Amino acid sequence: MIDIFRLEFMQNAFLAGIILSLVLAVVSFFVVLRRLSFIGVGVAHSAFGGVALGALLGISPTITAIAFAVVVANAIGYIGEHGKISTDTAIGIFFSLAMALGVIFIGMSDQYNVDLFGYLFGNILAITRQDLIIIAVLGGLVIISVVLFFKELLFVAYDREVAFVSGMPVVFLDHFFLTILALSVVISMKIIGIILVSALLVIPGAAALQITRRYVSMIATSISIALISTVGGLIISYYSDLPSGATIVILASIIFFIAFMLGQSRK
Amino acid sequence: MRNPVIDIADQKEALVDLNDVWVAWDGKWVLKSIYFKCYAGEISGIVGPNGGGKTTLLNVIMGLLRPQKGTVLLFGRKPGKRGRLEVGYLPQISHAQESFPVTVLDVVLMGLYNRIGFFHRPDRNNKEVAMNLLAKVNMADHAERPFGVLSGGQQQRVNIARALASEPKLLVLDEPSTGIDSVAQEDFYELLAKLRDEQGISVIMVSHDIGVITSHADRIACLNVQLHYHGEPDSCFSPEISEKVFGKDLKVIVHDSECATCYRRHQDHD
Repeated sequence: MIDIFRLEFMQNAFLAGIILSLVLAVVSFFVVLRRLSFIGVGVAHSAFGGVALGALLGISPTITAIAFAVVVANAIGYIGEHGKISTDTAIGIFFSLAMALGVIFIGMSDQYNVDLFGYLFGNILAITRQDLIIIAVLGGLVIISVVLFFKELLFVAYDREVAFVSGMPVVFLDHFFLTILALSVVISMKIIGIILVSALLVIPGAAALQITRRYVSMIATSISIALISTVGGLIISYYSDLPSGATIVILASIIFFIAFMLGQSRK
Repeated sequence: MRNPVIDIADQKEALVDLNDVWVAWDGKWVLKSIYFKCYAGEISGIVGPNGGGKTTLLNVIMGLLRPQKGTVLLFGRKPGKRGRLEVGYLPQISHAQESFPVTVLDVVLMGLYNRIGFFHRPDRNNKEVAMNLLAKVNMADHAERPFGVLSGGQQQRVNIARALASEPKLLVLDEPSTGIDSVAQEDFYELLAKLRDEQGISVIMVSHDIGVITSHADRIACLNVQLHYHGEPDSCFSPEISEKVFGKDLKVIVHDSECATCYRRHQDHD
């Protein structure tokens, strides 16, 4: 058990996992309460286009993925507000557009030195010190932003119309949150993977909502669930040689079903 | 073509003044040539069928929707953020948020967020203000309960407390009694009358329920795309007006002074 914490790549993975748990748990609190689960899926997949563009241009895929995810998240929000189509239709369009661009970029690039499979499904071996610094800085930024605007984000999540009438800058807060969501997705993709991160944008908050009735305890529970899934998932994946992202998501799902049954039995 | 009934009350201060307002939605007029006034210290009721433009009219009043034609004055100026801050708004009850993890006190505190300002948390003073508001609507004992477990009538009282947090001159209510049993409805309208009488708060409420509007509003408007009547409730509902608003097959159950709800109301006011 000791040697797992001595390996540098595992140290990086654990530290990254702990920061991401905090970030994803807090973001999933709002994703669940605002019913934005599908936006999480769409934004996560759009990051794939960014990763492929980074590979094509030979620059850091993190930078291009941030650009893709932030633009797509805000575009979905804008069209949902102004267009005649519903938000989930807008997500359907951008989701596939970004994936299609990703496939084109990969086709255009003749070098295969970027581990695309790792970005899609997560790879703990891939976390470098540099990645860890990016995760810590951007993750810290996300958490500080949510703390600073917490009460406003809560009001808008609870009752958008009344929040607007009582003077909240609702449109700004919507785009602010979508940007936070996009950043959280991008910093999670190396360890959990683009395809699987949407699970952690939903499950911690959804499981916490089953067993809590106050927002403070819901956030605390959401963070605990994310930490248990991530740290537990990393340990299990290390000893049983299973993919890290998938192990984390399966563990989180098991916790969700237990919470769901607890919630039902309390009724 | 102004309605003569409106001019009688013109000496009173008009909080809301709509002048020949037209609104189209998807190329179809949903409001046509609306002249509407709401006066200080009065409960104005707007009654009409679903799809008759009631919620649209409220959105126009609060400046959430700009009409294609006509002028709108809220507190004597164009509706905007400043005017909205003096309006307490209660949208239609939605049961979608019942599992939202907030207490009754949390909900009322939200009404104070704008005043508390960015980067500050609600403090003890804010909580005291919120508790006083809850006491005003008789819900102080429920402060720590989850909002979602309250009955519809209790939820509306808490929503009123939240709306009062901004110290509004005007409350705007959209179908306030949907899903509330009749006893709780009566208590709710008593509360509105009390706020009008004791604090001079004016009310605009919208409903498809004629009985509720006629027995609780000081002035009513009948809306079905056009305004068919705007005036005192007693002289409302000639057969031709109700036919224009609700169609031919309407059966009105008459609210006269003998019925229990009106009796109670008269007792409380006399």
